[in-house]
Amino acid sequence: MSLHAPLAVEATALTKSYGATTAVAGLDLAVPAGTVYGVLGPNGAGKTTTIRMLATLISPDSGSARVLGHDVVTEADAVRAEVSLTGQLASVDEELTGRENLVLLGRLLGLSRAGARARADELLEAFGIATAAGKLVKHYSGGMRRRLDIAASIVVTPRLMFLDEPTTGLDPRSRNQVWEIARALVAGGTTILLCTQYLEEADQLADGIAVIDRGRVIAEGTPAQLKASVGTGALHVRLLDLDRRPDAAGVLERALGPVSLQPDPAVLSATCPDPARAAVAVAELARAGIGLAHFSLDQPSLDEVFLALTGRGAEEPPGSAPTLEEQTS
Amino acid sequence: MTTVTTDADTAAVRRAIAGTERPPRPGPLQTALTFGWRGMLKVKHVPEQLLDVTVTPVMFLLMFTYLFGGAIAGSTSAYLDYTLPGLLVMSVLFTTVYSGISLNTDLTKGVVDRFRSLPIWRPAPLLGALLGDSVRYVVAGTVIIVVGVLLGYRPDAGVSGALAALALVVVFSFGLSWAFSVLGLLLRSPNAVMNAGFMGIFPLTFLSNVFVDPATLPGPLQAFVEVNPISILATASRSLMAGEPDVPAILVSLAVAAALALVFLPITTRLYRSR
Repeated sequence: MSLHAPLAVEATALTKSYGATTAVAGLDLAVPAGTVYGVLGPNGAGKTTTIRMLATLISPDSGSARVLGHDVVTEADAVRAEVSLTGQLASVDEELTGRENLVLLGRLLGLSRAGARARADELLEAFGIATAAGKLVKHYSGGMRRRLDIAASIVVTPRLMFLDEPTTGLDPRSRNQVWEIARALVAGGTTILLCTQYLEEADQLADGIAVIDRGRVIAEGTPAQLKASVGTGALHVRLLDLDRRPDAAGVLERALGPVSLQPDPAVLSATCPDPARAAVAVAELARAGIGLAHFSLDQPSLDEVFLALTGRGAEEPPGSAPTLEEQTS
Repeated sequence: MTTVTTDADTAAVRRAIAGTERPPRPGPLQTALTFGWRGMLKVKHVPEQLLDVTVTPVMFLLMFTYLFGGAIAGSTSAYLDYTLPGLLVMSVLFTTVYSGISLNTDLTKGVVDRFRSLPIWRPAPLLGALLGDSVRYVVAGTVIIVVGVLLGYRPDAGVSGALAALALVVVFSFGLSWAFSVLGLLLRSPNAVMNAGFMGIFPLTFLSNVFVDPATLPGPLQAFVEVNPISILATASRSLMAGEPDVPAILVSLAVAAALALVFLPITTRLYRSR
């Protein structure tokens, strides 16, 4: 298969530690060219550290990675020439205007003065930022800033783009626009490595997904495979009587499988392979005499994927390993 | 009719993506100048930041001339003649600390990651920032000279002498600013850079011949003052303003600037990549 699909990213046993904490612990990754590949994991799982290694911002402690055929350590400049990085925090200059940011990058990438200006105007227009082109970026809305960030990444169209949490903190409308832009990029031939904490985002965009936890890949597959392994959704029930919580958990566990307790003590959630079984579970609760104030069925969240794959929730700290995203950003 | 749109236009995005070919890589000089342009744009958007570099030296000039001038040199005008070329040195050197501070501030922003991910000549972001800062040095130095002239200072060598002194001091400061860039890259906050920077530059400036004739100092202190590069720079600056260039002092000043840049440029470049 690999003969037919050249790999845009090929990482083998990558590790990176900061002091006593291991951010990435032997990570393998194979991203086929021309696809969107999702790296899914909670905060602190090692996503950002992995991207920073692949984008040549930091060197791995051990292991190796090739990006578009170039080694990230020994041929870092060749990698830089063909990739773009769109960071978790908008990596544009807040103290410049949107237009100045794009002209600056155009010049740094080798466009002529006139060429950089023309390209900036074209991108500002296409990304719906033309009206704010002369405003300082620090006055931009979140969605506008994210679009500028992506525009800055395609001043010269990259062959591979790292999209690190592109929609965190965006409203649904802005989020959909970012997704549209990502799809347009892939249609144009760019490979995208997408890091996200949202299963829905990976599901919307990615052709393949790697779920990572504590710096390792713990599951891999297409979104359909992954969801099939988790269940098509989650059943949430709100109890009338808090004292019946242990009983309700028992019933749900027999009917559906592992139950996660929510911060709200009256709510229980369980992954659910298909809606019919959710109906059965609700009926079982009624038969056991457990009153419900409310129940709902929805798409599995990352938390449920994690519960299914690791037996614990995404936001529970894994033992002593602290959150690394903050340290490395 | 034109409609105001604040949404991305997917069809236009597709066209924009399709329309590019990678241009040839720009040369080191163009890259550095582009970063210098970035520094200029920041001054354009927030011109108030130039106040920092102009108010403090003027304050020192007024204070030393009128408060201590009579006591040190017998009259304020005599003291102004002695100290103005030195104050030019001080005001511009103090400004170099701000290079470290602004670099440190820059590092807290995500945009540095983008610069680091570009296929550009490695020292370019730093070199460009310092080239941009040199404009501030020129501003700080010019303000001191102009205020000095308003107070009655007249360089014997006239405008050309003053410009030569200013140029020498700016070149020296460009070299010194690489040292403050190291501080900017190593320390955690802009405040820490400011404290550490002034803790170094303050005593060095006062333990020089900027304010007093070293002949009046006790032996060991005099010995230190005479080898202090800031004294040598002040001497060179005086000689240029007086129209009697002290060639050895000028050459030593330029050599010190070159040495500072040569030692600290590779260190800053490495720190910038790895931080």
